Amino acid sequence: MVDISDLSLSLGGQQILSDVSLSVERGEVVGLIGPNGAGKTTLLRALTGVLTPDAGTVVVDGETVHALSSRATSRLLSVVPQETTVSFAFDVRSIVEMGRTPYRSRFSPPTADDRKLIEDALERTATDSLAERSIGTVSGGERQRVLLARTLAQDTPVIVLDEPTASLDIAHQVETLELVCDLAAEGKTVIAAIHDLDLAARYCDSLVLLADGTVLERGPPETVLTSAHLERAFDATAAITKHPVTGSTNVTTLPSDSVAFDTREGGPPRVHVVGSGGTAAGVLARLAAAGVDASLGPVTATDVAAETAAQLGVDTLTVDPFSPLERTTVDALERELAAADVTILADLRVSVGNQLLLESLADAPAPVFLETTPFTERNAAGGGARERYERLRDRARAVSDDSDSLVRTVRRVLETRPPSPPADGSRESTHASLDSIDATD
Amino acid sequence: MTRPSRIFAWSLCLTALLAGVVVASAALGSVSIDPVTVAMAILNAVVVPVGLERTGWAVPIVGWTVPVVALEFAPLFAFDVPSAHQTIVADIRLPRIALAATVGFGLAAAGTVMQGFFRNPLADPSIIGVSSGAAVGAVAVIAFPVLVPVGLRPAAFTTAVVTAFLVYAIATEGGRTPVATLLLAGVAIQAFLGAVISYMLLHSGESLREAVVWLMGHLSNSTWNDVALSLPFVLAGVVILGAYTREMNVLLLGEEDAHHLGVEVERTKLLLLALASVITAAGVAVAGVIGFVGLVVPHMMRLIVGPDHRILLPTSALAGASFLVATDTIARAGPAEVPVGIVTAALGAPFFLYLLVRREVHAL
Repeated sequence: MVDISDLSLSLGGQQILSDVSLSVERGEVVGLIGPNGAGKTTLLRALTGVLTPDAGTVVVDGETVHALSSRATSRLLSVVPQETTVSFAFDVRSIVEMGRTPYRSRFSPPTADDRKLIEDALERTATDSLAERSIGTVSGGERQRVLLARTLAQDTPVIVLDEPTASLDIAHQVETLELVCDLAAEGKTVIAAIHDLDLAARYCDSLVLLADGTVLERGPPETVLTSAHLERAFDATAAITKHPVTGSTNVTTLPSDSVAFDTREGGPPRVHVVGSGGTAAGVLARLAAAGVDASLGPVTATDVAAETAAQLGVDTLTVDPFSPLERTTVDALERELAAADVTILADLRVSVGNQLLLESLADAPAPVFLETTPFTERNAAGGGARERYERLRDRARAVSDDSDSLVRTVRRVLETRPPSPPADGSRESTHASLDSIDATD
Repeated sequence: MTRPSRIFAWSLCLTALLAGVVVASAALGSVSIDPVTVAMAILNAVVVPVGLERTGWAVPIVGWTVPVVALEFAPLFAFDVPSAHQTIVADIRLPRIALAATVGFGLAAAGTVMQGFFRNPLADPSIIGVSSGAAVGAVAVIAFPVLVPVGLRPAAFTTAVVTAFLVYAIATEGGRTPVATLLLAGVAIQAFLGAVISYMLLHSGESLREAVVWLMGHLSNSTWNDVALSLPFVLAGVVILGAYTREMNVLLLGEEDAHHLGVEVERTKLLLLALASVITAAGVAVAGVIGFVGLVVPHMMRLIVGPDHRILLPTSALAGASFLVATDTIARAGPAEVPVGIVTAALGAPFFLYLLVRREVHAL
């Protein structure tokens, strides 16, 4: 339906797009993502014929856009602009009626077809109740829907949207994009620049990641939205997970100081995480984003931490739910611990079944405790378990209740690591270093 | 009410208002004539073409002598009006009133177009230097009749149109004419032409007074000949503009939106600018610089009928005609006649301020 090939464009002597090629099928919803200044809006403006490219072609439905008149182009492509200056008082119906401009001859009154399309467009976008109101008096969300209605009245095979949800509240964002997807299901082709990566992943069939005026990646959301791609395009650290409710790809941007682990000789630091639930899942996402080689376990396979680990490609030691810890599992855990530089205990829950774990963890390297809830709420194995946990906690290299600063804490622990692995009698000195970490934190 | 019937109803009302103002204006003056007599005298002056007549001139074309023919006119009505009154109304007052109506009609229409085009409430017909251009031509002819031996009106019209074209050419780059650049180029050219006019005035000697009166805008000593010079341009211009009202509406959304809705933006802009400039030039060349009509009347009508150019353009034009006929009547009704430009500004500016203070006018 839309074929962009080798498009290059410069504005004011600056190269904005270089060799952009992109082809979009009928009925597809394609999301254009990328950092500010990547060239998303410029690409859309070149696509709609507002800007003339230096090189390359845009072919829509077999027609070369830049060889067509505005009238012919506007019968192929309709546009929902990012912002419309509304310093005038047209009523909503007049604005929607303007969508019929490309089809009307100079003096003829609107035909029955025109009128039907206008009424349908008002109805589908739920703007019919606003029809007589002045466009200047409706809210930002309503105005966006009015512009969408104008697009519907224009009745073109391709719909282009520039940040259609930027000024909308969450309910209207979803409503607008649902409508856009319905239109695609009816055979319209949709190309939209979308800032919100989660919405882009949820509603687009395919994403185009633009950076520095070139297409970095193109494909289904789950292949385009990866930590590596996002770091290259946005220069940001992001954890990619599946959204628990919608099941679509979810992007969580993390504080940028969680990056920059110096890759020392011998590869990235290895961190083993013991724990479960959301806390452990958050820890894994942050570690993965920071380039740490993480492992997890033991944990039940259905735990959210295990699911997150699977998405992130983290080695996981899984156990069956409600069964006591087996010897093989303990052996595997001890192998992981032996290979690790740091151990993180993320809101570790202790039950009768897994309290043996605490024995194995007694020699864990550089234990870091992340406690967002007090241990008493996490302990189901009585006083003995509590004592062992306390002993373990005494040799902690750091204790924290803040997930966001965790990567920083791990880095400090690695930097202040004693030259030789701590011997049994080194409790005093490790405790001292814990104090120093707490003091600087 | 549907849109076509609204346009028709408003146009009818404003045409009736114009007729009323014209009759009232023709009745007023040093000799008062009762309105019924005036109306009859005006109707007596209406002529219709009834046939062709030979003019007594002939031109040789490839060996043949072809007689020149012209339309033959005959009066449509023959009401019984005293001949003195008929002369006063038809030959003295009516040409001036017709010219005022023509110029007001054109300036208000051009002002409407310019405000929409620039999406700027301050825009008026001379925003791209048309009036300054006309003034340069006119003042040159008045001040240096020996150096510039051409008619005042053709000179003013030509310099006006040339100035508009110059501003457009300066602001155009690579096939695009950004309105902001156009606006700034217009301001700069107007400032420069202002200097030229001031210099010429300084050296105009005896003709200074005549030049200043022209610059203030006046309709005294108007003849049917002036109307014949101005009316065709104004009428044709406004009729063609009428065909582009839908494009003007869409352009109000912004040029990019207009492109997306199928308007050939640059071509339409050029056409609108050219038409508005020619209409303004045709008015200014015969009547001098008459300010405020093109600014105030469109604002007033926008408050009443809304921003839709399909109704705004015809109603503004008709209201502008009434406005200028009425203000010119005031200008000549006093003990000493004043240039009409003084009256339009003296009445228009306070009214505009009143609208501003009431916050009726704040944007387009």
